[in-house]
Amino acid sequence: MKTSLRAFAIAATLSVSAIALTSIAASGTAQAGATFDGVKQKGYVQCGVNLGLYGFSAPDDKGKWSGLDVDVCRAVAAAMFGDAEKVKYTPLSAQQRLPALQSGEIDILARNTTRTLTRDTANGLNFAPTNYFDGQGFMVAAKLGLKSAKQLNGATVCVLPGTTTEQNVSDYFRANKMTFKPVVIEKNEELHKAFFGGRCDALTSDASQLAAIRAAETQNPADYVILPELISKEPLSPAIRQGDEDWTNLVTWAFYAMVQAEEKGITSETVDAAMTSPDPDVKRLLGVTAGNGKALGVEENWAFNIVKQVGNYGQSYERNVGAGSKLKMPRGQNALYTEGGLMYAPPLK
Amino acid sequence: MSNLVQALNSARVRGWLYQGLFLACALAVAWYLVSNTLTNLANRGVATGFGFLNREAGFEIGESFLAYAASDTYLKALAVGLLNTLAVSAAAVVLASVLGVLIGVARLSSNWMVGRFAAVYVETIRNVPLLLQLVVWYTIMNRLPSPREALEPLPHVFLSNRGMKFPVLAEHPGHGWALLALIAGIAAAVALVRYGRRHRETTGKPFPTVPLAIAAVILPPVAAFIATGAPLAFDLPVLAGFNFEGGGAVTPEFTALLIGLSVYTAGFIAEIVRSGILAVPQGQTEAGLALGLSPVQILRLVILPQALRVIVPPLTSQYLNLTKNSSLAVAIGYPDLVSVTNTSANQTGQVVEAVSMMMAVYLVISLCIAGFMNWYNRRVALVTR
Repeated sequence: MKTSLRAFAIAATLSVSAIALTSIAASGTAQAGATFDGVKQKGYVQCGVNLGLYGFSAPDDKGKWSGLDVDVCRAVAAAMFGDAEKVKYTPLSAQQRLPALQSGEIDILARNTTRTLTRDTANGLNFAPTNYFDGQGFMVAAKLGLKSAKQLNGATVCVLPGTTTEQNVSDYFRANKMTFKPVVIEKNEELHKAFFGGRCDALTSDASQLAAIRAAETQNPADYVILPELISKEPLSPAIRQGDEDWTNLVTWAFYAMVQAEEKGITSETVDAAMTSPDPDVKRLLGVTAGNGKALGVEENWAFNIVKQVGNYGQSYERNVGAGSKLKMPRGQNALYTEGGLMYAPPLK
Repeated sequence: MSNLVQALNSARVRGWLYQGLFLACALAVAWYLVSNTLTNLANRGVATGFGFLNREAGFEIGESFLAYAASDTYLKALAVGLLNTLAVSAAAVVLASVLGVLIGVARLSSNWMVGRFAAVYVETIRNVPLLLQLVVWYTIMNRLPSPREALEPLPHVFLSNRGMKFPVLAEHPGHGWALLALIAGIAAAVALVRYGRRHRETTGKPFPTVPLAIAAVILPPVAAFIATGAPLAFDLPVLAGFNFEGGGAVTPEFTALLIGLSVYTAGFIAEIVRSGILAVPQGQTEAGLALGLSPVQILRLVILPQALRVIVPPLTSQYLNLTKNSSLAVAIGYPDLVSVTNTSANQTGQVVEAVSMMMAVYLVISLCIAGFMNWYNRRVALVTR
């Protein structure tokens, strides 16, 4: 769906719910293993992604998708089919994403989605491990000279709807006994235009998105500052439907394999050489010692294919959002636990 | 047996039978869709029901006609959204009607310039998508200077990219009395108009209805105002921190939506008005002239009563369109029903419930407008016979 269409809000919302209604009505009961078997049979992974968020999921001028979230889907395809290209993408708005997953239109939702209790329970979803630890922040014009979000009392704040963002910002101002006026605009372009045009004093979103907007849409990024306070925890995690443990397992461990490869220092360039490594952990990871593949229901070289074709987590990070990208986000919480971050893969054995 | 055959051959019985069968089929399909959806949502572990309406909403809304805070319930948040939709629609219906009648009459003007201008307006406005027009209006609003450099076209009235701020009367009990007096005055004016009409019909003599009615509306509230001590303290907008505080405010979102909807719908209403006026034969105007009526009297007493019969039914559907088009508000950030419902649906994940509520609300609004306009249509239709 093209971005411009999104503004026809009623139409979009109605069609989403119509899709949800008809496909939920038509598709009958979900059975254990249904998604796993279904994906295997059709030969590709249907991956729900952002309409275009630089660094996470965005198409290039040839229509090829890339990004940190896209790499999750590519890793799953590499594990299942031995080919990271066997992915089809469904760009989704924030409102469309959960119904699209619930109705079975997509197999994985890798769309900078925050893992929350409600989504994990009442919405019928499961979450794979967090692939990006983010937090909501505020961006303001540098000329205001603000040093802290605590100075925003009485401000007008531009907010994108359809996320946990609206609630977080309300919670933050309530907790600090401050007031604000939200301006909630559904279209990204209009929202950013309103902020850069001065309609709002602050723009709030996940800090990574603020950095992406600042990098892509300002002539001089130094005119805008991201305030230091992160007012929420946003563990962005790939989501899958409840009721198919095989599929949940594969998505979960495909991601862990990327983290484990980084911890072991294996990159897409060195993975061939690593096949002869004497380290038993590496042997198990790359399938030299068999067992993991059988347990997950895929080929034994599943993790080898992931690292070879997609890379380890650190490579994916640097390429998409880190030093190798326009965003230049520091690793921060997303570094390996061995370097003071939160990225930690349980043993792959 | 022959009775049964006779009954089956009766058109009335068969009519009932077919309609009953059709209704049963429709109900069965609806029941199937709803029950299947509920079953499948339950199988997928998705919560259903309207219990979420009583939970705390937890999000702020930019503008509200009710006192609303993030700690209020979803139900209240949706009510705020509904009122915002109704407010902008009602204001736009009035503005679009006035503008539409003016443009429609102007297009029939014998003045070449005026007629051409109206034609260009209608053809341009009707053929550019409303969404684009809204974005243009909103962009214009955002081009205004920041609050610190706000324009001040009138004393204490400020125009900035945060909207228009203006002084309002500070609250005083005297205003309540003045309002009561105004309502009483309007009632008196209505009675005067009725009496004036009866007087003219029975005696054939003119009655000074208009000046008397105006006096009846204006004098009582003014008297009440002076009697309670003429409380004229104003609450003025003052620049404080990021924005103005105090006074009344109209946001750029509301203004852009109001202007966009009115200007767009006026293009259609203008054509409806034109068609209505053209539907009255030229001879009627000539007859009016022959009787010595003035052009204004001809329009008011001869042409409009007949034109309204043609105008009202299509006008109804324009009002319905306008109200539904107000849902494009989400594109420019006006917190209407759709915007608030989208946020609620997203936070609770109960999209099916939220969207069905939204559909029901729009249906009810539309039926109310249609009902009112049909009533009005019957009235104007009867008057002319």
